[in-house]
Amino acid sequence: MMSTGKPVKVSKTAYIRPLDFKNGRVEMAHGGGGRMMMQLIDTLFLTAFDNDMLRQMNDQACFAVPAGRMVMSTDSHVVSPLFFPGGDIGSLSVHGTLNDVAMSGARPLYLSASFILEEGFPLADLKRIVESMAKAAQQAGVSIITGDTKVVEQGKGDGIFITTTGVGVVPEGLQISAERAQPGDKILVSGTLGDHGIAILSLRENLTFHTTIQSDTAALHELVACMTEAVPTIHVLRDPTRGGLATTLNEIARQSGVGMMVNENKLPIREQVRAACEFLGFDPLYIANEGKLVAICPPEAAEALLQTMQAHPLGSEAAIIGEVIEDSHHFVQMETSFGGQRVVDWLSGEQLPRIC
Amino acid sequence: MKYIDEFRDGVLAKKIAARIVREVDPRRHYHLMEFCGGHTHAISRYGIPDLLPSNVRMIHGPGCPVCVLPVGRIENAIQLAQQAEVILCSYGDMLRVPTHRGMSLLKIKAQGADIRMIYSSTDAIKIAQQNPQRQVVFLAIGFETTTPPSAIAIKHAQALDLTNFSVFCNHVLTPSAISHILQSPEVRQLGWVPLDGFIGPAHVSTVIGSRPYEYFAEEFQKPVVIAGFEPLDVMQAILMLIRQINEERAEVENEFTRAVTYQGNLKAQHLVAEVFELRRAFEWRGLGSVPYSALRIKAAFSDFDAEKRFQIPALSIADNKACECGAVLRGIKHPKDCKIFGSVCTPDNPIGSCMVSSEGACAAYYSYGRFRQTA
Repeated sequence: MMSTGKPVKVSKTAYIRPLDFKNGRVEMAHGGGGRMMMQLIDTLFLTAFDNDMLRQMNDQACFAVPAGRMVMSTDSHVVSPLFFPGGDIGSLSVHGTLNDVAMSGARPLYLSASFILEEGFPLADLKRIVESMAKAAQQAGVSIITGDTKVVEQGKGDGIFITTTGVGVVPEGLQISAERAQPGDKILVSGTLGDHGIAILSLRENLTFHTTIQSDTAALHELVACMTEAVPTIHVLRDPTRGGLATTLNEIARQSGVGMMVNENKLPIREQVRAACEFLGFDPLYIANEGKLVAICPPEAAEALLQTMQAHPLGSEAAIIGEVIEDSHHFVQMETSFGGQRVVDWLSGEQLPRIC
Repeated sequence: MKYIDEFRDGVLAKKIAARIVREVDPRRHYHLMEFCGGHTHAISRYGIPDLLPSNVRMIHGPGCPVCVLPVGRIENAIQLAQQAEVILCSYGDMLRVPTHRGMSLLKIKAQGADIRMIYSSTDAIKIAQQNPQRQVVFLAIGFETTTPPSAIAIKHAQALDLTNFSVFCNHVLTPSAISHILQSPEVRQLGWVPLDGFIGPAHVSTVIGSRPYEYFAEEFQKPVVIAGFEPLDVMQAILMLIRQINEERAEVENEFTRAVTYQGNLKAQHLVAEVFELRRAFEWRGLGSVPYSALRIKAAFSDFDAEKRFQIPALSIADNKACECGAVLRGIKHPKDCKIFGSVCTPDNPIGSCMVSSEGACAAYYSYGRFRQTA
C-alpha cells in the first residue's frame, strides 16, 4: 500500500489511568512488562528511590569498584504483620541487608531490591512500604540502584516479599569473621535483646496483647564504623536476628571451634520483654533482634570497645555479657542469675509456647 | 516483673543452699521426685542441681502433659486432622510429638492438614464460629490445670448451640499417676527406685488443693511439699523435704501458700465434675494402663465429644523399642541411661515424647544440662 506521504499527526499520547494509591490494588499487569509495569516503576519506585544509576533504567546498575575487599549479602523479607511498632517490612528489608554487610566491618555502598507482589495487594500499602524503604536507605546514606518486580496470582504470595542485596567495601586492616573467636575473648552486645520479636508477636492474630515495645530495626553500619575505628582488632561481629542471641552465639561457637560462658545477670533485657516472654512461655535469648549486634574482641580491648559502643546512640545500652572459653563440645553455657549453670542450646524447630 | 524476680533472687538461693548443706545428713541419700514438668523445667533452666549437695538427687516424674499422652491417642488426633472437613486445634508443644511412624501433627500440617495452634480453649470456640461449614476439634490434653478451661469451652459451645465443635478429651489426673508410681513393684517391693519424698505440682494444686496428697503421705509414708514453679520455691521445697526426712515425718506441707489452699478451687472442681467423669482406665505413655486416671466427657455433653462424633477407635501402639521414655517417666532411669539419648533422639528428631516438650525430662536435660555428662 502506498503511503500518502503525509506524516500522521499524533495529537495524544496513549492514555493510562493514573495509579490509584488510595483504593487501587496490584494487578497481574503490574508485573507483566507492559505499560502498567512501567507506570508503577516510574511513579512509585523511581520517584521514591531516585538516583542516577536507577534513572538509567538498565537491567543492571553499573558502578566503579573501589580498591580493597568487597562484601556482598542478600536477605529475603517475609515478615507478618507487614507494619509493626517501630518499622515495617520496607525499613526492615533495608536494615537487614545493610547490617549483614556491615557485620564484616564493611561500609555498605549499594542495595538492590526485588519485589514479589501478590495480586490484590493494596497500592496504598505498597506505596507506604516503598517510601519507608527509601527513607531507611536515605538515612543510611546508601542508594538502591537496581531492582525487579514480579506479581503472583492471588493466594500464591503473602501480600509482599522483598529481597534486598547489598554490596560494601571493607576498610583495610580489618579481619572480622565468625571463625575468629578465641578463648579469652570478651563477648559484647550493643543493647537490649528481644525487642523486635516481641513487638511482632504482640500483633499476631491470635495473640494480641498490649505493649509499648517497639521493634529495634536500625542500620548498624555507622556504629560498626565507630567500633572498628576504635578497636580494629575486633574478631567477630554478627547481628542476632532470627533465633536471637542464643542462636548467634551457637553459630559463632561452632564456626570458631570454641565454647562460651555468658552471665545471665549481665544480659540487657527490657522488663516488658521479660514479662511478655514469661507469660508466653518463651525465652528472650531466642527472640529476634533487628538493630543489635554481638561483638567479640580480645580481652584487653573490651573496655575501650564498650565505651565506644555506649557513646553511640545505637549502643547506649551495650554490655559485656561473657567470654569465649575452650570447649571441644562448642557449648554455649550460662551462669544463671540463680547461681547455677546451664547450656544455652540451639533452638529445635520453632519456639513453641509451653502448655502450663 | 517485681513479683517474679523476688522468687529468682540468687542471693536468697545461696542462703537456702547453705542451709540445705548444713541440714543434710551426710550418711543418707535424699531421692526427691519433682512430679511436674514445670518443676523439671525450672530445675534445669536455673541450674538448681549445681546448688545441691551430691547426696540430694532430683528424679524427674511423669508430670509433663505432652510426654504422657500415648502414641495411640496422637495417632487418633493425626487421623482426625487428616479428614478434610476437620480443623484440629492444639496447644503448641503437642504439635511436635512423634508417633511410631515418625509422624507428628506438625508434619501432617505441612502435608496440608488444617491444624491451628491455640493459646486457650476459647480460641477453638472462635475458630468454630468463624468456620461454620467445618468441624472444629479441640485436642484437649493436660492435668487438672487445663481441665477447667476445657469444661468451660464445652459449656460455652452448648450455650452457643455450636454444632461444629467437639473436644477430643485426653485429660489425666495427677493423684492417680503418683499412686501408680508408688505402687509399682520397682518402688514398693523391689526397692530399685528409692523415692524419699515428692515435690507436689503448683498449678494443679491450685485447682485440687493440698488435700488429695494426704493419702500418699499417710499410705506410703512419703513426705510431700507442694511448691511453686519459681526456682526459690523449688529450693525451699527441697529444704522442707530434707527436714521432714531427717525428722522422719511424712506430711503434706504447702510451700505455695500464695496460691494453694487445702480445699483448692471449688468452683473449678464443680465445673469439671459437671462436664467430665472418670474413665475406668487410661493408657499413659511410660506407665501403661492406669486405673481411674483420666477423664471423659459425660453423656449429657456427648454432642461435644469428638470420640463419639468421629467414632475414634481405641489404638494401643507400643513405643519405639530403643526408647526408654517409660523408664524415665517412672524415675527408674535417668535420660542419660537411654542408649539413644542425644544420639538418634534429640530435640530436633525426638523418638520419645520426653524429648519433645521443654518440660520433658530428656529435653530439659539435653537442652540445659548435658554438658555435665560430657564434662
